[in-house]
Amino acid sequence: MPIAAPLAASPAPSAAALADAARPHIVVSGVDKRFVIPGGEIVALKDIDLTINEGEFVCLLGPSGCGKSTLLNAIAGFSAPTTGTITVDGRAVKDPGPDRGMVFQEYALFPWMTVAQNIAFGLEIKGMSRAQIEPKVNELLAMLKLAEFRDRFPKDLSGGMRQRVAIARVLALDSPVMLMDEPFGALDALTRRSLQDELIRIWSATGKTIVFVTHSIEESIYLADRIVVLTYRPGTIKRDIKVELPRPRDSASTAFNELKRELSALVTAEQHRFEEVEVKGLTTD
Amino acid sequence: MNISRFKALGEGLLVPVAVLLLWQVACSAGWVNPMVLPSPAAVAARWWSYLAPLEAYDPATESWIAWIFSGELIHDSLASLSRVVMGFAVGAGLALPLGLFMGTSDSIYRYVNPLMQLLRPIPPIAYIPLSILWFGLGNAPAVFLIAIGAFFPVLMNTIAGVRHVDSIYIRAARSLGASRLTIFRRVILPAATPYILSGARIGIGTAFIVVIVAEMIAVNNGLGFRILEAREYFWSDKIIAGMLTIGLIGLAIDLAVSRLNNHLLRWHRGLES
Repeated sequence: MPIAAPLAASPAPSAAALADAARPHIVVSGVDKRFVIPGGEIVALKDIDLTINEGEFVCLLGPSGCGKSTLLNAIAGFSAPTTGTITVDGRAVKDPGPDRGMVFQEYALFPWMTVAQNIAFGLEIKGMSRAQIEPKVNELLAMLKLAEFRDRFPKDLSGGMRQRVAIARVLALDSPVMLMDEPFGALDALTRRSLQDELIRIWSATGKTIVFVTHSIEESIYLADRIVVLTYRPGTIKRDIKVELPRPRDSASTAFNELKRELSALVTAEQHRFEEVEVKGLTTD
Repeated sequence: MNISRFKALGEGLLVPVAVLLLWQVACSAGWVNPMVLPSPAAVAARWWSYLAPLEAYDPATESWIAWIFSGELIHDSLASLSRVVMGFAVGAGLALPLGLFMGTSDSIYRYVNPLMQLLRPIPPIAYIPLSILWFGLGNAPAVFLIAIGAFFPVLMNTIAGVRHVDSIYIRAARSLGASRLTIFRRVILPAATPYILSGARIGIGTAFIVVIVAEMIAVNNGLGFRILEAREYFWSDKIIAGMLTIGLIGLAIDLAVSRLNNHLLRWHRGLES
């Protein structure tokens, strides 16, 4: 049984290759993103075509500067692509919105709000009443094992706890899409694994579509249904790999490590290009 | 724990006590003219009579609470404090909304900032002639001067606070669906409070400086007026007693504001961030 089936050798997976019973949820088509910098232009993304189906867990993988966060921010609506379109549920993305919950690496919790207030904030914006918010917040506090921290301020929490709050805050909105920008990047290995397990549990329970940016190969294999490897500048889709390992995944298994080796070769090549360009940039400046 | 606190207290008191002793010795030995520098004992005695009620307690005309607070020092202190409160309320009350507008809107900032930068270096004291011309004598010019003293620290810090709000909070709020107004009220305002409060603390300090000067010029009560009045009678002990009172009240205000800040900013990381 093939453990990793490349969907397409070319950078862009064709729509036909993805066509099955699944319903397309996020459709990125013909997206370029260019940034103007003094004395030139950076092509962060080029010719990105990507269809993510409902309920899929997709990891965007690549070295620094490959545009994976840029792509996530474009889907989130924080910065519009220079050309091309992005639709979520058939609607063009123009602004950020509560239908696409975002989890940031820096947590981005509001430090002046307690844990419970942070989680309730999105619900208050929605215009829900206190009586409706209270049970929802309690449920999320329990789900993410935060009940005893409900009245703490973020500064009194560990990184792992803060990220649990950030996830709870997004879950509160019941958004069908969850966008995660290296959410576990700053955590120690043990905390990271337990949050990864937590995330998988939440994902299986809620059926959300998750787009997860990471530079950790191991993390992407552990989590994703599909890994999209991006190239370093311009950011294009290098490979789109379906991960068919059974869950829960065993990072010590042979199949896991075969895939890891394969991805490692792909990512390392981009990392080398990244280093070459950065070093050249430093020496010519 | 307790021992080290006593030790810290002892260390803190050592120099003041030594200075007091030296001062007393210098006066008792007759090294200095008591008109120029009265002894600490004389200052303390004067401070007490300044603080104590002027008349004997008469239950028929007033309650004992009113009597306790009928001393001149208490009246002067309350007069000065009420001017600080009024002036600060006016100054900060104008600076806060203007600062919030200037911080959030680049165009308002561009139009208004040059004028503010031009006015800011003018010390409040320099407004004295104009304030008397405009408002005559009395409380009005004093409140005006104090308001100017409080205005600029609050304004500058409010602008800085709003402009330094970490964009990640705004992005997080937007992705949670917050409107511009909600972002302003629930994100920008609380995120800027550490700056705004430190501006308020500086503003109150300035207000307290200005009130003394204003009282020397425009009114006939208050601590500033009293120490100037005492000079006319060569009551140097009363001058020093008044100055010490000013120092104690200033210290008390600063401690109270700092306590309040710590409470309001209990979510804040403090030194770490």
